[in-house]
Amino acid sequence: MAKKLISVTVNGKLEERAVEPRTLLIHFLREELNLTGAHIGCETSHCGACTVDVDGVSVKSCTHLAVQCDGAHVTTVEGLANKGVLHAVQEGFYKEHGLQCGFCTPGMLMRASNFLKENPNPSEDEIRMGMSGNLCRCTGYQNIVKAVQYAARKLQEAPAA
Amino acid sequence: MSAVIQPADEREASLAGIGVSRLRKEDARFIQGKGNYVDDIKLPGMLHMDIVRSPIAHGRIKRINKEAALAIPGVHAVLTADDLKPLKLHWMPTLAGDVAAVLADEKVHFQMQEVAIVIADDRYIAADAAEAVEVEYEELPVVIDPYDALLPDAPVLREDLAGKTSGAHGPREHHNHIFTWDAGDLAAADAAFAAAPIKVEQHMHYPRVHPCPLETCGCVASFDPIRGELTTYITSQAPHVVRTVVSMLSGVPESKVRIVSPDIGGGFGNKVGIYPGYVCAIVASIVLGRPVKWIEDRIENISSTAFARDYHMDGQLAATEDGKILGLKVNVVADHGAFDACADPTKFPAGLFHICSGSYDIAAAHCSVKGVYTNKAPGGVAYRCSFRVTEAVYLIERMVDVLAQRLNIDKAEIRRRNFIRKEQFPYTSAFGFEYDSGDYHPALEKVLDAVDYPALRAEQAARRADPNSPTLMGIGLVSFTEIVGAGPSKMCDILGVGMFDSCEIRIHPTGSAIARMGTITQGQGHQTTYAQIIATELGIPSEVIQVEEGDTSTAPYGLGTYGSRSTPVAGAAIAMAARKIHAKARKIAAHMLEVSESDLDWEVDRFKVRGDDSKFKTMADVAWQAYHQPPAGLEPGLEAVHYYDPPNFTFPFGIYLCVVDIDRATGETKIRRFYALDDCGTRINPMIIEGQIHGGLTEGFAVAMGQQMPFDAQGNLLGNTLMDYFLPTAVETPKWETDYTVTPSPHHPIGAKGVAESPHVGSIPTFNAAVVDAFAHVGVTHLDMPHTAFRVWQALKAHNLAI
Ligand code: FES
Ligand code: FES
Repeated sequence: MAKKLISVTVNGKLEERAVEPRTLLIHFLREELNLTGAHIGCETSHCGACTVDVDGVSVKSCTHLAVQCDGAHVTTVEGLANKGVLHAVQEGFYKEHGLQCGFCTPGMLMRASNFLKENPNPSEDEIRMGMSGNLCRCTGYQNIVKAVQYAARKLQEAPAA
Repeated sequence: MSAVIQPADEREASLAGIGVSRLRKEDARFIQGKGNYVDDIKLPGMLHMDIVRSPIAHGRIKRINKEAALAIPGVHAVLTADDLKPLKLHWMPTLAGDVAAVLADEKVHFQMQEVAIVIADDRYIAADAAEAVEVEYEELPVVIDPYDALLPDAPVLREDLAGKTSGAHGPREHHNHIFTWDAGDLAAADAAFAAAPIKVEQHMHYPRVHPCPLETCGCVASFDPIRGELTTYITSQAPHVVRTVVSMLSGVPESKVRIVSPDIGGGFGNKVGIYPGYVCAIVASIVLGRPVKWIEDRIENISSTAFARDYHMDGQLAATEDGKILGLKVNVVADHGAFDACADPTKFPAGLFHICSGSYDIAAAHCSVKGVYTNKAPGGVAYRCSFRVTEAVYLIERMVDVLAQRLNIDKAEIRRRNFIRKEQFPYTSAFGFEYDSGDYHPALEKVLDAVDYPALRAEQAARRADPNSPTLMGIGLVSFTEIVGAGPSKMCDILGVGMFDSCEIRIHPTGSAIARMGTITQGQGHQTTYAQIIATELGIPSEVIQVEEGDTSTAPYGLGTYGSRSTPVAGAAIAMAARKIHAKARKIAAHMLEVSESDLDWEVDRFKVRGDDSKFKTMADVAWQAYHQPPAGLEPGLEAVHYYDPPNFTFPFGIYLCVVDIDRATGETKIRRFYALDDCGTRINPMIIEGQIHGGLTEGFAVAMGQQMPFDAQGNLLGNTLMDYFLPTAVETPKWETDYTVTPSPHHPIGAKGVAESPHVGSIPTFNAAVVDAFAHVGVTHLDMPHTAFRVWQALKAHNLAI
């Protein structure tokens, strides 16, 4: 299949690659760039394990083509911490025991960080609704809610520079 | 020595040992995208495998044409059963004493059965090639209902078993019959029923469901033809068992097989079995001499690997007029699908289902389970439970409610009257299990007080009295006893290997440590909690204790993590290995302090000379000495291995209460409140326990309220994507209230019993009881799960309660 050249900025780094037009973003990230943080749980847009940020929007990368990202800025969980300092959502998930097997976690973190930009001071119901595109089979969500609340508090106290 | 000695309680706190809500050691890698799951593994020269699957549930394979697939650039091989035949690998033994097709041999027995594999350069080409393989089938009549399967003229499903009148578990009475297994004393139960004034019975179907962890199954098999060594990274809850089976199947000596379970994205029983995909990837790697990766997709996962439940149960209770249970009889027809691939201890084809006398003192009991073949996928795993305990608890809790309703006794009161009393422990049930410890009455009262049970019942009565109420209110109350920690090797084995588990601990010269176990965490947090046990036993901070599992080349042999066996069995092995080290350390400390061992006291992290706090040696001091200059006659080093064969199972218990409000117009059920009290004995890490309970309750909620695997008459599975198969989101999931009591296990070295499955086992009948209770005033004693809005609305219609 003829390949197409794309350039995508991933976690701040410009990547130029020739990809098949049918290559999914999740496979581009995982197999081409070796960024294996985002996972595949369903390939049908239901589980959210593959969630990444594309130009500031949460995207399920299992149903998004790599060629759609030509010229875009993509952030994955590997790009969430800032120079070794954990993002508030990463800290929140750790402190509030918001993860068990960890498989949903990268997608959860990417969604949570974006959600808190959309809604910096959410109610519990808003968190549950805002995170409802991401499934977790282990935690029962209660501690994920707490983790997002923790991050919201932290971000409000010290707004990111 | 004039330095101020740090007080013992401060030193103890700094260890972060048993009882501390220590934050998890494994989290750092997961929150930064640095986990290492099977699909993250990439080896040089690695090829990708995909599977051609049957679109029909029963049929003969007339022809397979590989040409078009092989013509695709980048395709290396297409293999069918005929290719595996010379290697005798087209069939494989199951853990349940049956055989299962690796690739369909002349016939397919269920939809999505593995028919052929393709190996290609990448997963896209492999998927193209799988599409391009042409298979022609001749359809055969399909059997979906296990009762139909047993009719005299039912189609013969397993032609390979023709003439076999007995199987691994006794005589076969019909061509689709697998086994009939009995426990208890039928004559005694019959006598109890004959003499009893009250008898109730209830039929119920526990639907077929799937554990559906977020990560599907898969492996990377890598055979090194020069060294003759096979390494396989695999999503397995039991890597050592996999190594033994792979060696048996492949003929590669066990010493040259290395199985690694890296990070596992949830298991819940789905990752206990040994699936055709694994075997095929291994064969392909051996044949091609290159690493081969196979990762199933979600549809394959739900359709073909490891269903759970599918028990059609008839329960009967005999009782006195005032509700004292005298006898229990249970008959089960178990739908095992096309091959008997249940993952149970070898001697127990229905697992530990005979825990079905529950938390109650029942003098006479009998159960009989009949396993049947149908045209569905094989499996029958313990979905977040210990070997059919979920089915057992569901059965007895439903029956006790049915009896309470018949006698018009409150559902809490009937439990009080029948509970095994504290002073009866250790208690031997009518099925022969010796319950180690329990204290049910205070736990029940604690829950009833916490929710103000009388007020709830009063509110319900008022609601029922109001014909215009838009909702029905139901209260579900369940008291469950689990049986976990399989198990004593005199009773439990897998393929002949006793179900012990193991631990090896090495203390390094500078006082830090590494420990390895035969189990494997899939989210339970072993790397955190196991270190806490060692910290308390040996006085080393848990922070400097590395825990490693899952690599058969480094970890001691163990049977793995499922059936809540890690803490009961491996946790005990850890404590026992630590105690061996402790005994040696005491000798070394005595030598260093120039006193006799009997003059030493152990305090938190040190041996001290009795009566003189200033004279002590910490475990770190001892470790240095052990490597530097051990006392004469003692080997250098400080390490130990322990294989722990538990003397008994452990019996965690709990009391759960759920309040639901059902919308009479839509059938939607709102979980207003769920209160879960668990008693898992000694609590190692309360934070992790609570997390496990939240997760188990959520999985139980999914099963009770939405999960099922429906089949049409042609054997098509109608719900095998996450679109159709219910996994609750944060929105549907209720908020959980948790509570606990502590009744340690008397036979476990640290008194722990295991916890992570209790909330699944206990919550399912609780949700169910709550929904049924909402209908109890119109005489309903039972409704089958799942309680989707549509099904509940149908029940409302049927009983003239819909508005
Ligand atoms: S893998 Fe993308 S949503 Fe599940
Ligand atoms: S932590 Fe396992 S799926 Fe969320």
